[in-house]
Amino acid sequence: MSAFAESEAKETFVLNLGPQHPATHGVLRVKLTMDGEYIAEAEPVLGYIHRMHEKMGENRTWAQFLPNTGRMDYLHALAYNHGYVSVVERAAGIEVPERAEYLRVITAELNRVSSHLLWFGAFILDLGGFSPLLYAFDDREHILDLLESVTGSRLTYCYFRFGGVYNDIDDNFVPGTRAFIKRLRERMPMYHNLVTKNIILMKRLQEVGPISAEMCRKYGATGPVCRGSGINFDVRKHEPYSVYPEFDFDVPVYDQCDSMARYMVRMDEIEQSLRIIEQALDKLPEGPVMAEKVPKILKPAKGDYYHAVETARGSFGVRVVSDGTNTPYRLKLRSPTFSNLSLFGEASQGMLLPDALALMGSLDLVIPEIDR
Amino acid sequence: MNCAAIKQKLSAIGAAAVNETEYGRKGFALDVQVAPEQLVAAVSVLDAEGFFIEAVTGVDWLGEQAALRKEAEAKVAAEAKAKAEAAAAAGEEAPVAEPVAEQGELPEDALEAVYDFNHYESLCRVTIRTRVPRSKPEVPTISQIYPGADWHERETHDFFGIKFVGHPYLVPLLLPEDADYHPLLKDFRP
Repeated sequence: MSAFAESEAKETFVLNLGPQHPATHGVLRVKLTMDGEYIAEAEPVLGYIHRMHEKMGENRTWAQFLPNTGRMDYLHALAYNHGYVSVVERAAGIEVPERAEYLRVITAELNRVSSHLLWFGAFILDLGGFSPLLYAFDDREHILDLLESVTGSRLTYCYFRFGGVYNDIDDNFVPGTRAFIKRLRERMPMYHNLVTKNIILMKRLQEVGPISAEMCRKYGATGPVCRGSGINFDVRKHEPYSVYPEFDFDVPVYDQCDSMARYMVRMDEIEQSLRIIEQALDKLPEGPVMAEKVPKILKPAKGDYYHAVETARGSFGVRVVSDGTNTPYRLKLRSPTFSNLSLFGEASQGMLLPDALALMGSLDLVIPEIDR
Repeated sequence: MNCAAIKQKLSAIGAAAVNETEYGRKGFALDVQVAPEQLVAAVSVLDAEGFFIEAVTGVDWLGEQAALRKEAEAKVAAEAKAKAEAAAAAGEEAPVAEPVAEQGELPEDALEAVYDFNHYESLCRVTIRTRVPRSKPEVPTISQIYPGADWHERETHDFFGIKFVGHPYLVPLLLPEDADYHPLLKDFRP
């Protein structure tokens, strides 16, 4: 594989992939220069769903920006909620009650599982397998129901507030989540038997789309992409935030650097997230879900602040610059897939087109989060 | 690798200021201010130490100089007032107020380019800042050191109009291909 075809004439042609293409997940366009079946050059073209969230942040109060955070990475919206409220809490020095932090972790991890399940279904669909998508969406539906009962929405969550969460859980949430954990644990062996051990999947993924650890570093890749290249980097362990230090969980790392490694990282992460949720439910303390003295009009002290969280796709960082007024002076949103996709041009060089699509799927792209 | 060693190495290249910040409060460990000419050297130090690039962005400091002058004038006025009051309390004649020094043109406001670097193994987020005048915002590119900076610099050029000198392909990334405006500038009007 990936031997670059040497042709005498050096004849190439341009192939346009996207922005409306079933395999590119949303509105990503890739301008490919092809040498026969092989990719000579790939240039992702972005901006089709650019909404300028950073400018919107400068035009509204700190709290009014909260709903925007759920509309970047719509698949792991709660982690984006978490990143933004954490940086503002850091800037304004707001203490969060323990129960609220537990609820944040439980819901964010449930959301991570639902994100990975959707990726799993869509990824296998990219590779030509249709039915795993239906199984994954069946499981994901249970998570959406659980989260809907707590947050009030099914996709673009806006559940976290400065100083806590908007709503306490109801009586059905804990037993419902436990039942879901039991269910998904029983389903995971089926997924592995049906998909992971499938010879077609192995042939499509193993040793395809190599991304070296050095390439990850040079492009700033994080999340499952770098963990599939042997780098043990997870923000939850690296710079622990919220109540993550209180849980016992592993960071899955594979060092084969291929698409299969990235696939395995995410499949293992589903199990680790279930472990975290289970422990959090066991330890869930009583108490308020909202800090008492959070000022209605927030004016964080002058200066700039950074906070990173681990989303399903990698490290999401928010840098805010406050000038001491009730609106952010500057809001920088560092989204993980932006960096992860930027290495696609180099990584896909000399690959067969179908292999490059497998590589692209293994990066787990969410375009609204790249374009912001 | 530890943060103190990085601090020393960055100071050695002649960075204007290398400050340790309180990580728990700020979210980054080192705050480094360099001149645009020293940027490539500073980034090379981090590259050699195995840092990865997290983000590149900008901040528009329009109106900062005016605010600083206003602040300074308020301070002088407050001091003069305090002096006069102290003198009045002591029953002395109020001292003649010193004539306010004639202030020239305001210095030009700056655009700031901000670079975030992080390390996979140890917890040491380094923020590098460099300031350039708004009328001539030119910063050398670091995309030859970190190819990942390529897109970040293009994005920053889109939003702020900061020109990354030596960048191989500085065309709009997120904005339309014919965009000639920079929406994150504070004086941008749609």
